[in-house]
Amino acid sequence: MQKIQSVNEFVVRFANVNGTGSASANLMFAKALFRMGLPVAPRNEFPSNIQGMPTWYEVRVSEAGHLGRRGGGPDLVVAMNSQSLARDMRSLLPGGYFLYDSTKPLEPEIVREDVNLIGIPISEICLREYEDPRQRQLFKNVIYVGALAALLDIEFEVLKGLVKDQFKGKEKLIIPNIYALELGHQYASVNFDCPLDIRVKRSDKACDQIMIDGNTATALGALYGGATVCGWYPITPSTSVVESFMKYAERLRINPASGKKNYAAVQAEDELAAIGVAIGAAWNGARAFTATSGPGISLMTEFLGLAYFAELPIVLINVQRAGPSTGMPTRTQQPDVLACAYASHGDTKHVLMFPSDPKECFELGAQAFDLAERLQTPVILMSDLDLGMNDHISAPLAWDDQTRYDRGKVLNAEELDEVERFGRYLDVDGDGICYRTYPGTHPTKGAFFTRGTSRDHYAVYSELGDIYVDNVDRLNRKFETAAKILPKAEIQTSKHGKKKKVGLIHYGTTAVAADEAIELLEAKGLAVDSCRIRAFPFGEEVAQFIEDHDLVFVAEQNRDGQMRTLLINELEVNPKELVPVLHYDGLPITARFISEQIETHQQGEPAKTSTLKVASR
Amino acid sequence: MSYQKSSFRHPRLPVNDLGLTQQAYEGPLSTLCAGCGHDSIGAAIIQACHELSLPPHRIAKLSGIGCSSKAPTYFLNKAHGFNSVHGRMPSIVTGANMANKELTYIGMSGDGDTAAIGMGQFAHVVRRRLNMLYLVANNGVYGLTKGQTSATADRGSKSKKGEDNLLEGIDLATMAIQLGATFVARSFSGDKNELVPLLKAALSHRGFAFIDIISPCVTFNNHPGSTKSYDYVRDHIETASVSDFVPVKEEITSACPVGVTCRDICLHDGSIIRLQQTGDDYDPQNRAEAISAVEHHKAKGEILTGLLYVDPFAEDLHEVLETSDTPLNQLNEQALCPGNDVLQVINDSFR
Repeated sequence: MQKIQSVNEFVVRFANVNGTGSASANLMFAKALFRMGLPVAPRNEFPSNIQGMPTWYEVRVSEAGHLGRRGGGPDLVVAMNSQSLARDMRSLLPGGYFLYDSTKPLEPEIVREDVNLIGIPISEICLREYEDPRQRQLFKNVIYVGALAALLDIEFEVLKGLVKDQFKGKEKLIIPNIYALELGHQYASVNFDCPLDIRVKRSDKACDQIMIDGNTATALGALYGGATVCGWYPITPSTSVVESFMKYAERLRINPASGKKNYAAVQAEDELAAIGVAIGAAWNGARAFTATSGPGISLMTEFLGLAYFAELPIVLINVQRAGPSTGMPTRTQQPDVLACAYASHGDTKHVLMFPSDPKECFELGAQAFDLAERLQTPVILMSDLDLGMNDHISAPLAWDDQTRYDRGKVLNAEELDEVERFGRYLDVDGDGICYRTYPGTHPTKGAFFTRGTSRDHYAVYSELGDIYVDNVDRLNRKFETAAKILPKAEIQTSKHGKKKKVGLIHYGTTAVAADEAIELLEAKGLAVDSCRIRAFPFGEEVAQFIEDHDLVFVAEQNRDGQMRTLLINELEVNPKELVPVLHYDGLPITARFISEQIETHQQGEPAKTSTLKVASR
Repeated sequence: MSYQKSSFRHPRLPVNDLGLTQQAYEGPLSTLCAGCGHDSIGAAIIQACHELSLPPHRIAKLSGIGCSSKAPTYFLNKAHGFNSVHGRMPSIVTGANMANKELTYIGMSGDGDTAAIGMGQFAHVVRRRLNMLYLVANNGVYGLTKGQTSATADRGSKSKKGEDNLLEGIDLATMAIQLGATFVARSFSGDKNELVPLLKAALSHRGFAFIDIISPCVTFNNHPGSTKSYDYVRDHIETASVSDFVPVKEEITSACPVGVTCRDICLHDGSIIRLQQTGDDYDPQNRAEAISAVEHHKAKGEILTGLLYVDPFAEDLHEVLETSDTPLNQLNEQALCPGNDVLQVINDSFR
């Protein structure tokens, strides 16, 4: 029997029933590997459902640090859902390991010859050990984690430590959980040749890192960035941004003297009102944000147009999910690039930022408030479900205590006294950004009407053509200023020799797969440079990257190549020069997919004839 | 109609406690139709704010879209204004109020802006008990788009083209009472004597104050057969109680007129609303009675005006959310940013 052999490089896939508490047990498994110093990437593939549907949880461990979804099938399956047994069996790589609950024998027709079966009578053990039906269910999960510890050589002390941390404050739960781990561990040790040929070994590759989900990091960014008002409406996968913000704010934003809160989070009746709350607060001089996903973006579009035209600085966090419409609410994509870049009717453009890991969620999340206030316009942080809701290995978060918030061009009462005549829309500095005042600043000067209608330099309503043109052209000038101060694209170059220069543009969560793809291609002798876009409007370096390469691929996670369209539209690139690499089945893009697409293209016809599409696992 | 607003004022106009004449509360010349009820509302707001000695620049006036929402341009030009999008003023003012609890918020809306496109936002700003004054200039018709029937038009009211409105009209005042507004009144733009004291009381009320002001549209809804015309409203108005507003600094000196029952309601700041009961004697601090009185008069074809309901001691949203005493927009890095040491502890919780 063929057996996959690997130390510290493999994929474990858990198949569970949702609502049974499996995700926290599976996270404990991933975190145990992380605490053994291993880079690890857990991904929850959950349904839009509360209880009873199939759910999967995949953990990739990679000492080499490849943490995108690997694809191609797992090395080990923990099959705990009888509904999906056949499918889970099929998913396994030849020579892989199939851990299942052997209380009930497997149906012979689903059993493959080329995989290794590991049957553990988990239900039977639970029936024997526990009286309470809820415990029988919950401890099943802990028992298989205990068994995996023996099978994969996970340090048992590490698992015990995790249980202790998890139940801090509920100490009486610690012993039963450790006992359940031991039940699994003991059964596996006695009945199988442990460890298996796939196993883990302590490493130092992830020692300095943290393991955190993007939404928590984004929330901390907003907290450190000085956000005080949040309007929100729950929607997967963005809800936890606001929930984390409130969780930390309840601890860290309390006035020590009065015990009162230095923030206000208003749960609104819908997304329209959620962004309205943020806009009203921003108008009144507070740093304000909202978080949503695709369907919320559609609803917020009206207000985004107002905030663009009335020049109000809000931060909008879009944790993208697969659309259109309700789409696949619990699957990831990058499908809102165009909807956000040009949100609302009329000539509008919005500032976008694309974090690719939790640290960047934190940093760009905080910086977004500075940029919004500097530019007096909405800034949209484009995260996605994979980044937002899954735990990722990340460099620790850091904050420079010397940081001062850039509140932008705001005149206070003394400054207003020095101004002869205040003009809200006078471009004094020539950068398209005018001076604003907060309501209530000065008894006689600086008051004006904020509106979504056309107005002159002094905020007086006007439908005169030249006044309108002057205003919208200035907004364009402001956008040019934005392109200069936004985070630059990250460019990496390889050694090309005399060959034709190939480039790969990507952004957000495609980065981790793209970096691995470049390594895969390099191993095959194909040098590829990369350009990771971090913001829109694009800086000069993006146009330069395209110009410097003979062929440029644009890898992203949507059907229509939305970033490619944006590049073509904004940089006036010949469409033939940009080859789309598109993955959009709702699971994160993989390095294999990108490298195969690029390789196939390189071997085949020149750029113009092929449009590389079709997402496959 | 003139095109320039005269800046001439009587040299000895009365000044208020801030030393300001009423002129300091005015705005530029209105572009609404001559005789528009909304301009009378604007004039009443100017008078009320002046008499209350509110610093004009410490008021924020917010609106949606429509004739009513244009109206704030024409009063309080020392105050910041925000003319937002159709039906969305409630969320904007919620955010604004959260950012700075020290300003006085006046939301000016209309029947289309509130009872149709903005119904959802209206309902929720009421139940949020935002500390603000929400005014609806209610004329039962869409003016800017030239005469379509609105959701507050009474069933059977005739449009200018002579068509009967076949659908039920929405009563925003009773809705507001049901949804938890803590100050609800109805008035008529043509009755300044009633409107000004109501505005003063509403502006002094802490919490959500709502006044539904019937404000006839002279251009599209002032014809025979309309139930929102000047003539119809004057003929069918029934006053719940004549209110007088006594600011906190003044003592009540005037005795209640002989033969009239007076009810004094003390607001949280110590000012008093004195109600002279007329006709039905119901308790404006009882929600069920208030709704019942409105319905009772409606069944008789009457429009009940005056203070309908007040709960002077209810919590507002800032109290519910326990926000800091310092307005949130005045907090700096020191109050807002927990710093790197704390962040390192947070990092440790993710190891």
